[in-house]
Amino acid sequence: MAVEQPLRTPAPASGDQTRIHNIGYRSYDGPRLGRSYARLSLYSQSLRGAYGLGRSAKSKVLPMLLFVVMCIPAAIMVAVAVATKAKELPVDYTRYAIIMQAVISLYIASQAPQSVSRDLRFKTVPLYFSRPIETADYVRAKFAALTSALFILTATPLLVLYVGALLAKLDFTDQTKGFAQGLVSVALLSLLFGGIGLVIAAVTPRRGFGIAAVIAVLTISYGAVSTLQAIAYVQDSSQAIAWIGLFSPVTLIDGVQSAFLGASSTFPGGVGPSNGEGVVYVLITLGLIAACYGLLTRRYRKVGL
Amino acid sequence: MPRRLSGLTTGVVRVTNLGDVTVIATESLSKRFPRVTALDRLSMDVGPGVTGLVGANGAGKSTLIKILLGLSPATEGRAEVLGLDVATEGAAIRERVGYMPEHDCLPPDVSATEFVVHMARMSGLPPTAARERTADTLRHVGLYEERYRPMGGYSTGMKQRVKLAQALVHDPDLVFLDEPTNGLDPVGRDEMLGLIRRIHTDFGISVLVTSHLLGELERTCDHVVVVDGGKLLRSSSTTDFTQNTTTLAIEVTDTDEHPDGTHAVREALHARGVSVQDGGGLPGSGHILLLTARGEETYDLVRDVIADLGLGLVRMEQRRHHISEVFTNDTATGAGTHTDTGAGHGNGEQRKEAVGHGG
Repeated sequence: MAVEQPLRTPAPASGDQTRIHNIGYRSYDGPRLGRSYARLSLYSQSLRGAYGLGRSAKSKVLPMLLFVVMCIPAAIMVAVAVATKAKELPVDYTRYAIIMQAVISLYIASQAPQSVSRDLRFKTVPLYFSRPIETADYVRAKFAALTSALFILTATPLLVLYVGALLAKLDFTDQTKGFAQGLVSVALLSLLFGGIGLVIAAVTPRRGFGIAAVIAVLTISYGAVSTLQAIAYVQDSSQAIAWIGLFSPVTLIDGVQSAFLGASSTFPGGVGPSNGEGVVYVLITLGLIAACYGLLTRRYRKVGL
Repeated sequence: MPRRLSGLTTGVVRVTNLGDVTVIATESLSKRFPRVTALDRLSMDVGPGVTGLVGANGAGKSTLIKILLGLSPATEGRAEVLGLDVATEGAAIRERVGYMPEHDCLPPDVSATEFVVHMARMSGLPPTAARERTADTLRHVGLYEERYRPMGGYSTGMKQRVKLAQALVHDPDLVFLDEPTNGLDPVGRDEMLGLIRRIHTDFGISVLVTSHLLGELERTCDHVVVVDGGKLLRSSSTTDFTQNTTTLAIEVTDTDEHPDGTHAVREALHARGVSVQDGGGLPGSGHILLLTARGEETYDLVRDVIADLGLGLVRMEQRRHHISEVFTNDTATGAGTHTDTGAGHGNGEQRKEAVGHGG
């Protein structure tokens, strides 16, 4: 490679191998891979960072712990299913992420701020923008990295369930269909949660605020929505239940998957949105993801240098 | 410079080192914000070498760098860096240019090596090259074993070195250094200035360095551009600034024959038609004579005069005119609004010079 080119002062070809040469400054004439490579580097660095890789040992603890916590129930369910020779898994693939939503929220709350607030707080952002990448590249790399990290977190237990189900000799087509539906669902969930987490975290350079704000938004919205749904259920206005569900990320995903991905709804009464309402759910979900991307781009255009 | 001759480099690079070609060119460049005009029809050409960009805080230096990096569009006018238009070829410019920001920009929980490798990759270097260049660059800026420790524990001087290293790691053709000596003690300041000088002489990289301290740029730069209020005040080489009129400070011993040696020298020089001032009212300067050297012959004259009188010459040193005088002169017409330009250190020098020439 070019960096190993002959130096300005060629090393004397003597037999003495122990001599130390002052090699002076070497120029770099090798390839410069440009913008897309830089974006990819930022993506991989952020994705690794989301699990604490390439960072201090301390910062590995929480993401790894959450990852394990996320997978253990799946492993237990598989063990039970295999041991009891059950006809089907204790929970649906699509249901798993909804059950584990607290863990997912905790993960996104801890990792979204570490991904973007750190760069803001330590003012590393201007350094990135003094490189070939543009604002959009930074946003895309960070968004994609956090979404991928979330997808790994939510899809791995599904994979555990799927492999376990096949080991337990459950019906192959049935399981594969469920697994695929589950993957689509967690992919949507990763995009939505990742976007919301990043938008909130990108507002503040303070990590603590970021964590608190993400948790607050995710849990308060879910709490409020489920309470209202419960009230609507008691008052027999089942029509309202579906519409109320639009106002929190978790119920949004729940609605989408119960309308289109064959999931049973966790809404009170088990009544998910109808197909017509389901379209609204999908549109709102995609709209929210797009809005998050737009907000992030706007935010970083301002932060700039 | 030899580096460029030996290697295969791009056309741009070769051009920048072939003498009088411009590295940065701006043409009536303006940047207006709703309330402030940061740059006001600034036109200048900067050649290869070390160029100082001097101005008070808020003079428009950082805005200029932002525009030159292609990150902020100019309100009007145009600019080129390394022959590339800032408005349309920002990414290409940023691949070939390094930037060291004024503020702190280092995450405390990663080591210098990891950080600089990452930044090298962000500039487009493949992983292996990024690691090799990082090791090289950190060594060149004078960071050794400590580069494996988290940067949170670094001193200001070390942090500045890492910041410099990340600007140099991709072997740019030009670096923008925004206030690189900020927060450094005098020794660190000197080391940093020496390093900046080496960036050009040893590494063959052109430098645009900003500062509000004029004295330090005078020592480091080939060329100085003075901006104020977004306008170009002056642009010329540092030798132009300082060489025409050199102030010479002399101190002599007393002898039995001449109990007041200083006085005797002054009389003798007067007789030869050279006007001499006292060192001024500052403490300890009573025995110092200041005179204006017009060329080599002045030095000879002083030597001869002192030898004739049989005195000992304690010191004869150049007190070069500081660039700050450019400000003093220029601002005298500008209703003295810019006197704060050489904040602190610069001000002191101005005052000293003023006193020195007061007679």
